[in-house]
Amino acid sequence: MKKDQSRRLDRKKFFSDPVLVCTVAFLMIAMLLFVLYPLVYLLIDGVLDEQTGRFTTATFQRVLNMTGFRKAFWNTLRAGIITGVLSTVVGLLFAYVDVYVHVRSKFVEKLFNLVSVLPVVSPPFVLSLSMILLFGKQGMVTKYLLGMKDANIYGLWGLVIVQTMTFFPVCYLMLKGLLKNIDPSLEEAARDMGASRMKVFTTVTLPLLLPGLGNAFLVTFIESAADFANAMLIGGNYDTLATTIYLQITGAYDKQGAAAMSVVLLSVTIIMFIIQKYYLESKTAATLTGKATRARMPITDKSVTIPLTTICSLISVFVMVMYIMVFFGGFFKLWGRDYSLSMRHFNNFMLQNGLRNFKDSALLSAIAAPATAIMSMLIAYLVVKKQFKGKGMLELLSMLAMAVPGTVLGIGYIRGFSNGMFRTGFLEGLYGTSAILVIAFVVRSLPTGTRSGISALRQIDKSIEESAIDLGAGSAKVFFTVTLPLIKDSFFSGLVTAFVRSITAISAVILLVTPRWKLVTVQINSMAEKGEWGTACVYASFLIIFVYAIIALMNLFIKHFGTSKYMEG
Amino acid sequence: MSKEKKGIKLDGISKIYIDPKTKKDFYAVNKVSLDIEPGSFVTLLGPSGCGKTTTLRMIAGFESPDEGGIWLGGEKIDELTPDKRDTAMVFQSYALLPHYNIFDNVAYGLKLRKLPKDVIKQKVTDILELVGLTGMEARMTNQLSGGQQQRVALARALVVEPGVLLFDEPLSNLDAKLRVSMRTEIRRIQQKAGITAVYVTHDQSEAMSISDKIIIMNAGKIAQMGTPHEIYYHPVSEFVADFIGDANFLKGKMLRHEGEVDVVEICGREVRVDGTGDRVAVGAETTVVLRPESTVLCDEGILPCEVIVSTFMGAYQLYHVMVGDTKLIIHEYNPKGKKIYNIGDKAGIFFEPNNAHAL
Repeated sequence: MKKDQSRRLDRKKFFSDPVLVCTVAFLMIAMLLFVLYPLVYLLIDGVLDEQTGRFTTATFQRVLNMTGFRKAFWNTLRAGIITGVLSTVVGLLFAYVDVYVHVRSKFVEKLFNLVSVLPVVSPPFVLSLSMILLFGKQGMVTKYLLGMKDANIYGLWGLVIVQTMTFFPVCYLMLKGLLKNIDPSLEEAARDMGASRMKVFTTVTLPLLLPGLGNAFLVTFIESAADFANAMLIGGNYDTLATTIYLQITGAYDKQGAAAMSVVLLSVTIIMFIIQKYYLESKTAATLTGKATRARMPITDKSVTIPLTTICSLISVFVMVMYIMVFFGGFFKLWGRDYSLSMRHFNNFMLQNGLRNFKDSALLSAIAAPATAIMSMLIAYLVVKKQFKGKGMLELLSMLAMAVPGTVLGIGYIRGFSNGMFRTGFLEGLYGTSAILVIAFVVRSLPTGTRSGISALRQIDKSIEESAIDLGAGSAKVFFTVTLPLIKDSFFSGLVTAFVRSITAISAVILLVTPRWKLVTVQINSMAEKGEWGTACVYASFLIIFVYAIIALMNLFIKHFGTSKYMEG
Repeated sequence: MSKEKKGIKLDGISKIYIDPKTKKDFYAVNKVSLDIEPGSFVTLLGPSGCGKTTTLRMIAGFESPDEGGIWLGGEKIDELTPDKRDTAMVFQSYALLPHYNIFDNVAYGLKLRKLPKDVIKQKVTDILELVGLTGMEARMTNQLSGGQQQRVALARALVVEPGVLLFDEPLSNLDAKLRVSMRTEIRRIQQKAGITAVYVTHDQSEAMSISDKIIIMNAGKIAQMGTPHEIYYHPVSEFVADFIGDANFLKGKMLRHEGEVDVVEICGREVRVDGTGDRVAVGAETTVVLRPESTVLCDEGILPCEVIVSTFMGAYQLYHVMVGDTKLIIHEYNPKGKKIYNIGDKAGIFFEPNNAHAL
């Protein structure tokens, strides 16, 4: 009641800025159309009878009674939990060594750094490829070193190992940030009172870190449940929800069944996402706020440093070898049989017009990346600096995509747009075009960009923008002359991350791609499915090199044109 | 320099916030009305949380009032966004644009007004000369000292020739000495530009030295407004007296009015104080305000006292004395050659009647 006047005035002020109004409206519509609508439609699809248009639970009943589906459901949970636990533990180990332990060699430090960025750079299925090359039936290690006849890497453990190697760096980076925020004097106080180092770890460090560990676990769980590429390549008979959904629509042509399954998978990831975002994140913030008052004395005790550093180095080396393997995979005539050097796979690559795949992938990603970067910075700007109705909704929708597995999004687009919206024919033209691929890329990369934009903007004193407004700049002017220049590091890294994520994406686009567009990842997947490991490796090697070059270019660019020059002091 | 000096009128403006702890509404600013003359320098002064900055931000347009209206130069501006208001603000953190050099910072507002390049150059050069930063155009903001950054912020606000200049605690990030010289500078520049200024601070000496008029705020309301002189010598409440300078309070009862002076009973004695006219009724309870520097100790004073603290401070001798149950603070300036009382001494306090102000 009392606040009526200020609300009315704020609304008037908001609507007096047409650019602002249009931007908010555009983003809202885009989010509703391409994030919320496909997901909601999946739900409708699952409970609506296609012929009669009446409410029915038949589809869900049918799906839930499929033994394959039930098995996939439990498989997904099992793999998710094991991967989550393993990744968190390994991530914690790396983070602890990084923050607490005195690492003597520069080489080991470099190794840590590399291992933490590699999974970002690499396409999702590279590790699966090299896993098969090393430990598969024809595997270098299994067949030649160990002389095993029937090594079987396919299945739960292969999948879990590959996923752990892919996702633990995320946990490492998350936990490293938290460990750095623990005030060393807390632990010193415990030591001072007579606690052993182990006791300090279990009674002080670990309890402080507990919500953070939960957080890391859930993030990894979501990633694991959503992971399509690895499950496809190395899962073997161990079907997960993501692969089952894919096979349901591509193999059995059961679109409605796939939609219903997608709803189940989505429910799992969304529940985890809600716990993670609304419960654990605030708890983490509550226990670990503020900065450590001074630097920590690193542990130099050899009985601690040597075993911990050794374990981490071994893991790092193993991960590195896995990545390097892919490059070798392309050079040998027939893996496991004939290890003579050959250009066969490379020629195969050229014959298939492999470069065209790169051109298509790069083109679509190059369209999606700037769109993602600018949209995520806009959303971040609106969320952090502006007040308007529906702000919470906008933030939630842009973040929600993080919890939506690519497969689910793909099915959502198929069902939601193939006959137009709500099967009315509206926006029908979209389905089957490159536009929908680009949209899928944007939606998939948006959360990361928005997140980094939000945290960059929160660092900037709000009076800097206010001073520009006060001098007569409208919202658009402020965004382009003040906000964007101040967060351009975040913008550029968002740009590159979006590009990399798009060019290495597979789960959503494999469902949406049409023969007209040839994407590298889709090609690698089909090569691997056919067992043409060598050619798959050539594609993957080129992709890694290409992506790595782009990232190196960006780092160079940021170094010279970034904001670090004037943001200090 | 300014195209047109503008006055400000606040008509009963309020701002309601929600207390994050109790989740209840409270008035951050409570029905504040005030008229600011064109060309005058007005200071909003008060302790933190009194609503002074919120009031300023409502004038600038960053907050919308929940009650009342705001007029700038006779025009109602409530519905205008900050960019469309003829105000320019100098921020506490300076808020310079870190990716621009000094010239571009100052020119920012002019470029938004789409002035021709040569006009912008001339104006920026002139204003930088006024604030004493000639030759610094090409520097980046982080290459300047705090005082210089403050000058840039001031130049940037002045150069757009706003109807009103707003200051949000502009000197609080500077060290004490620089603060003193900068406030003189701000006053000089404001006088030269002949611009209306509204200045927010919690530092009473800053407010005293810089303002034509001081508005003291407390808990969202105006506690008193007046010239620095009026506020110091004729505070209307214990809050104001205590907030501006140091003050001693003696409880008493009004006995009679004797024209120029009044007679108040304090500790059983008749004490002559400054005349209140009809403001304090005969027979009413009253509080007498005594400034520490206008009170002295002597052997036979107006009121008997006992010394409990006696400290040499250089410029003055600091005494704490007890008059009955009330503790008074006395600054006896230029103590050299005067009689120094020690702890435990019995003495008396003395003051001129026109230095004692009954509330």
